[in-house]
Amino acid sequence: MYGALWRILPGPVWVRILLLLVLIAAVLTACVLWIFPWINTLTAPPEVTVE
Amino acid sequence: MSSMTATESPAPLRRRRRRRRVSIVGVLGELFITAGVFVLLFLGWQLWLNDIIVGNQQQEVAEELQEEWAAQQGELPAKTPPNPGEPVVTAKVESDQPFATLIVPRLAEAAGTEYYSRVIAEGVGNAVLNSNRLGIGHYSKTQMPGEVGNFALGAHRSAYGGAFHNLHQLHVGDSIYVETQDGWYKYVFRGLEYVAPTGVGVLDPVPQNPGAQPGERIITLTTCNPFFSTAERLIAYGVYEAWYPRTSAPDQGAPPEIAEQIITQATGGE
Repeated sequence: MYGALWRILPGPVWVRILLLLVLIAAVLTACVLWIFPWINTLTAPPEVTVE
Repeated sequence: MSSMTATESPAPLRRRRRRRRVSIVGVLGELFITAGVFVLLFLGWQLWLNDIIVGNQQQEVAEELQEEWAAQQGELPAKTPPNPGEPVVTAKVESDQPFATLIVPRLAEAAGTEYYSRVIAEGVGNAVLNSNRLGIGHYSKTQMPGEVGNFALGAHRSAYGGAFHNLHQLHVGDSIYVETQDGWYKYVFRGLEYVAPTGVGVLDPVPQNPGAQPGERIITLTTCNPFFSTAERLIAYGVYEAWYPRTSAPDQGAPPEIAEQIITQATGGE
């Protein structure tokens, strides 16, 4: 899977590493901005009160 | 010619063979590793990174509220306590509405931030506790600030801003301030207690003494214990010490310990 990604990326090794870093940054940004907050609304919030 | 093909052909062959070795197990393994990393990232976000982000948001909302109160000073008639020497009793508000802020210098120190102030809203429902703006809820069945009895609050230990993350770091004698439009209530931290999630006795007007006639004004802070678990509840008690009505002085009559914080906030600075 990741081997295929590495082969699909064009250019010499340093260009591929740069592209990978950009991809990772994009995925992390999407996670923090949209995906994680969305998952957070699906999980049951912990009970903190006494009742 | 024949010698050239003999030396060049094995190399591309080997490369092609390696490229085709994509097994289902290999892809599955990579998927599992990705899922594991994703879950760890999510937990890191939920319990650490997002706590900092949401905590800052909640702090900003609290400071806006305090700024608003400062700006309104003098516009509303000052409330006079029922008896001289006694504090004003805060008026009840509707569910999920903010009515006070909690200022605890020790919690700022514990978190490594300059100030700690968070909004207190009515009720301990999800709309308050899991809000990016509010965070601390007042148990509606308990008394209001200034009232004889128990002013009980609940907030998350971790996640959703973790307003009470460092509650265990309070020292005996630490100040706990509750700011309302009318002024500041100063409470002094007395001690911690650990109870089961069913330990509603901590909300009694005299904590753990159901039916007893209250004589003191208590503040009770409740949160989860241990960290990242909901198995127990951590309770912090404070006892009312003094009342500081809001005035038109530069420090608005705030308690000396937090006067600098109040002045900084009133001028809109950070």
